[in-house]
Amino acid sequence: MTITRKQFLKFAAASLVGAAGAKLVSGAEVVKQAAASKNGKRWAMAVDFQKCRWDQGCNQCSAACNRAHNVPDIPDKAHEVKWIWKEKYQTVFRQQSEVVNPALTSHPLSLLCNHCSSPACTKVCPTGATWKQEDGVVMMDWHRCIGCRYCMAACPYGSRSFNFVDPRPYVANINPDFPTRTKGVVEKCNFCNERLAKGQIPACVEGCSERALTFGDQNDPASEIRRVLASRYAIQRQPELGTGPSVYYLI
Amino acid sequence: MFEKALVGSRRYWLWVSALLVLIAIGAIFYLRQLTYGLGVTGLSRDVTWGLYISQFTFFVGVAASAVMVVLPYYLHDYKQFGKITILGELLAVAAVTMCMLFIFVDMGQPARVMNVLLHPTPHSMMFWDMISLNGYLLLNGVIAFATLSSEKKGIATPHWVKPFIYLSIPWAVSIHTVTAFLYSGLASRPFWMTAVLAPRFLASAFASGPALLILLILVLRRTTGYDPGETALGKLKTIMTYAATISVFFVLMELFTAFYSGIPEHREHFEFLYVGLDGQNGLVPWMWISTILMVAALAMLYSQRAGKKILAASCVCIFISLWIEKGMGLIIGGLIPSALGIVTKYQPTMPEWGIVIGIWSIGTLMVTVFYKITVGVRSIS
Repeated sequence: MTITRKQFLKFAAASLVGAAGAKLVSGAEVVKQAAASKNGKRWAMAVDFQKCRWDQGCNQCSAACNRAHNVPDIPDKAHEVKWIWKEKYQTVFRQQSEVVNPALTSHPLSLLCNHCSSPACTKVCPTGATWKQEDGVVMMDWHRCIGCRYCMAACPYGSRSFNFVDPRPYVANINPDFPTRTKGVVEKCNFCNERLAKGQIPACVEGCSERALTFGDQNDPASEIRRVLASRYAIQRQPELGTGPSVYYLI
Repeated sequence: MFEKALVGSRRYWLWVSALLVLIAIGAIFYLRQLTYGLGVTGLSRDVTWGLYISQFTFFVGVAASAVMVVLPYYLHDYKQFGKITILGELLAVAAVTMCMLFIFVDMGQPARVMNVLLHPTPHSMMFWDMISLNGYLLLNGVIAFATLSSEKKGIATPHWVKPFIYLSIPWAVSIHTVTAFLYSGLASRPFWMTAVLAPRFLASAFASGPALLILLILVLRRTTGYDPGETALGKLKTIMTYAATISVFFVLMELFTAFYSGIPEHREHFEFLYVGLDGQNGLVPWMWISTILMVAALAMLYSQRAGKKILAASCVCIFISLWIEKGMGLIIGGLIPSALGIVTKYQPTMPEWGIVIGIWSIGTLMVTVFYKITVGVRSIS
């Protein structure tokens, strides 16, 4: 059978429409899955202002995290890589810095990725190297990241770091159970996804002897995080942006 | 056709060699960045984009401005632009190439660039920017090549080129609109998150692009005698004048909104740019030079005083003014203060400037070669 040019073009057009249709259908599938995950888990964390001892030089949470994840200790502030770190109250809650109680405002606080329910960072990534899992954890693929840093421009919380230099010489003791990163990729807190998979709580929560960090499934009414959030006044960072942070601060 | 670029005067070859040397220097600096990482630049955790992305943004505008000569010529049959339309299209080809190079050198993992195609993500504006820039490069490349090669053969431009020309008009607007969307859709950056960003981009583009084109034509006329005529130059000048005026108007709109509302996150970026913030005032002199140059240019343009020297001077003023405003202030100013309100110093390093100058030289070399071919082809016919 010979194919005329007209037939070929018709066939090509039909295939294109078919492929686009298939893409749309699979898009609908994603929406369905998202709806289903409402009944699944959604990991969340609460940081307790009153129990946190950053102000007394404590850094157990970030030390535990850095050990677990091979986070480099780079002396040059411009090239720092940070997963969970401290910042003064006025920086964390920039829009609410004139709180009257000095006991609150004089206290540095933990900052980490908010694992937003609609993350600004995943939307802008041009390669799908960062995405939100069904359990709410915002993940990264360090082998796919092209290092464009668009996610860093989009994140309203300054939670992402870029490897301006090779980070490996700055990791004192490499944990063989977790990958190190290469230069030229973005990284951030992963809510200890690798530990959650084994049924463990995040390293920072475990590392905090003051029990200032509470972690759990926000969708489980019987969870500790729900109990804490129901009993204490909690605030999120910039909730007005519609990102839906999963990290809460207990006043 | 390309052989026309291979014969030239001593001066031509001297110029080409100088550009090649600058390109080589840029390449050496890039190799250093490739081995060490983006740590060789002045960028930091807070100021994650700098000179590369700023220059990318500025030159998207130069590329888009080709529409200011294409549209009157093809849509309104404005014959006076007959000799400059091709120059505009070729300038667009060089400018888009520069844009792509600026994006490329900004990447942390350039070897993975094809991931953008392997994992297409329509929800990312960067994906659409890639499509619009590549499409625009292809359109202008095809149009310019078809036009010139048929001229060389002494035949009329083939009919199949027409649809591409018409498509290139809205496409030019789209490249700069999508580029603005890269920034104006970010809730985290109040300085960029303004609906007027895309219109402002277009206005400044339609001023800086024609300014460069006029300067290039003046140089071309002196060195080769290729003369598009005073009427065409006058019309380009008018386009540039009004576009620059609208661009200034948009900046004033931004200033009013930021300062009258008084919202710190909106205000602080302008304060950083024009008066300095938290002791950081590195961009302040630049921004004021940009302002003074723009005022001077508009004064010259509106004073109705004719003369090539005044025209050239006002074009230089407009180009440098907008180069500072858009090619530096707009991107760096959007990242300082950071999303957390922290003011961090950003100073481009020597390797960064070396790479930027290398890319400029590539663009300049492309324009030189393209215009050499055009003049060669047209002097026969």
